Amino acid sequence: MSAENVPQVVQILAQGVAAATPYLYAGLGEAVGQRSGVYNLGVDGIMLMGAFTAFYTVYTTESLAAAVLFAAIVGALMGLLMAFISVTLRAEQGIGGIGLYIFGLGLSTLLFDKLVSTPLPVNGFPDMPIPVLSDIPIIGPILFDHNLMVYGALLLTPVAWFVLNKTTLGLNIRAVGQNPQAADSLGVNVALVRYLTVTFGGLMAGIAGASLSIALTNIFQHNMTNGIGFIAVALVYFGGWSPLGILFGSLLFSIVTTLQLWLQAFGVQISPSLTNMMPNLATIVALILAVRFYRTSAPLALGRPYKRGEN
Amino acid sequence: MKTRFLAMSIVLVVVLALSSIGLPHSAPVLAQTQAATMAPLTKPIKIAIIMPSAKNDLAWSQAMYDSLVSVQKELGGDKLVQLTVIENMFQVPDAAANAQKFAQQGYDIVILHGTQYGASMFDVAAKFPDVSFAWGTSTDVGKDKGLKNVFAYEARAEEGGYVFGTMAAMMSKTGILGVVGPVNAGDAKLYIDGFEQGAKAANPKVEVKKIFTESFGDIPKATEAAKTLISQKADILTGSAQQVPGAITETQKAKLIWFSTDTDQSVKWPDTVAASMVYDWTAMLKDMIATRVAGEKGGKAYDISLKNGSLKLVFNSKVKVPDEVMKAAKDTMQKIIDGSLIVVGSPAAMAAATAAPTMAATASK
Repeated sequence: MSAENVPQVVQILAQGVAAATPYLYAGLGEAVGQRSGVYNLGVDGIMLMGAFTAFYTVYTTESLAAAVLFAAIVGALMGLLMAFISVTLRAEQGIGGIGLYIFGLGLSTLLFDKLVSTPLPVNGFPDMPIPVLSDIPIIGPILFDHNLMVYGALLLTPVAWFVLNKTTLGLNIRAVGQNPQAADSLGVNVALVRYLTVTFGGLMAGIAGASLSIALTNIFQHNMTNGIGFIAVALVYFGGWSPLGILFGSLLFSIVTTLQLWLQAFGVQISPSLTNMMPNLATIVALILAVRFYRTSAPLALGRPYKRGEN
Repeated sequence: MKTRFLAMSIVLVVVLALSSIGLPHSAPVLAQTQAATMAPLTKPIKIAIIMPSAKNDLAWSQAMYDSLVSVQKELGGDKLVQLTVIENMFQVPDAAANAQKFAQQGYDIVILHGTQYGASMFDVAAKFPDVSFAWGTSTDVGKDKGLKNVFAYEARAEEGGYVFGTMAAMMSKTGILGVVGPVNAGDAKLYIDGFEQGAKAANPKVEVKKIFTESFGDIPKATEAAKTLISQKADILTGSAQQVPGAITETQKAKLIWFSTDTDQSVKWPDTVAASMVYDWTAMLKDMIATRVAGEKGGKAYDISLKNGSLKLVFNSKVKVPDEVMKAAKDTMQKIIDGSLIVVGSPAAMAAATAAPTMAATASK
């Protein structure tokens, strides 16, 4: 993006929108799982495995499409594992998720050390401004001058909203998350729905990781997510389990993060410790205001394993 | 969980860095040339090192690890120098537990490679007076705690920073330089303050934009910081800590120039990294081992500097640097070495500041 004629406010917004990409993929995927009643704290570990898989694929094959595909597959497999632990084994989901996170962190670190061993830049997704649309003043650079993974994340939001709210599948997901016994009695296969949603959540987390290593930064390093996966899970709560809320939360968090970096570079005399807190503070303030103005409640069966005849 | 421990570690680093400013510094012992004539080892020596990041992080940990391996080779291989390496130890309590374990197992030297380990290290050192402990960056050898078994080491990063700042200010076409900083403490602070001072000395009108991520390992944020600086027209960038590879790659994408720290990073970004300030800890390590073998268990504070040759500035011939800039760099290095140029943050500058606070306040602007 040429910085020549673009006002700085627009540049900040554009950079912030792009930076929201991993939060969006991970958050939307996690929201689908949580709407069905399962929460997965292992998102960060899955993101790390997705990031490494995508990085290594590009490093060895130069194929971006294959990188995203393999990251999605790895993510889906880890999601499947979480589904097995949470739905079939009915283990405590918080602990299962943290275990998955530690597994993803350790395995991605080990694979990186054995296969690559030192940080190396790769050729990730290039910027692809959309013709005509990217020339629109203000909106153009903010929404239409990014790479494919950013576009994917932005498009995913209305798709997720539509599926959750306007399709039978979405109805079943929500029903299973609110009242699995009732859903079960009406013929919905609760376990299958949860397997699908949690695997999907893992798939999305894998893609979120890929967006980090081959779109936002073009490199891989140990623990490069630095907690983004946990923020994404938090954003599901802040977003009220709704795709639009998660979009808002991700954009708010990322734009404020970008803003604080710009403020530091402008030389604003505030301690970096304080400015780095801004995104988190902004999100908390937004949550307080949101709760005041509209009720957001968790899916009633969130975190509770289901077995027919029990509960 | 992890984020919380990382935040705690950062707070600890900042607090330790702040608290160290007021402490009287024991006079640093420069790495001795006696190490070059060190007597060969007659019995094996066991060394353990605990590092906050990976040994191949291209930065802080790798610089020490590479030096250790080189010393091991030089002194007779792994039979005579038994090395145990613990990486990615970003949890400070785990580091202390490991240090204790090594002490109990009778290791000769236990190195805790990070300022964040200091407080816990002193606790363990007090319990095991026969084991030598080493830590950095610091000058505190525990004299005020009555300890005799602690080595400390520091890098005179402000010297390399000053030279690179001078070069960057002369080479910049936009007059704007960018710094991707981690936590503004320790050798990162020394480097960045030196960089700014050197830049302004070469060109008083130059603007040095600094962004601190408040982390040593936040790769996405460091990358975003580089993007921000580039958007704000910085055409020469620098930074510190293991989080920089994403930032350097951004710089490479924009076809700009980067000045590196810790290790020679031009091998990965040959068209981008103009020069690297490399920490070569080998002379210090050899002196530490020689001191221990001679019977002294600690009490020395080392620093690596341009003068003693352990702070090395490695220039990348693939990045074109104008002749007058190279000449200015060499002249500046010479002035720092012979003491005619005092860089902010150096022992000489701090001595001058304590002697004449009003003078130092105006001089540092």
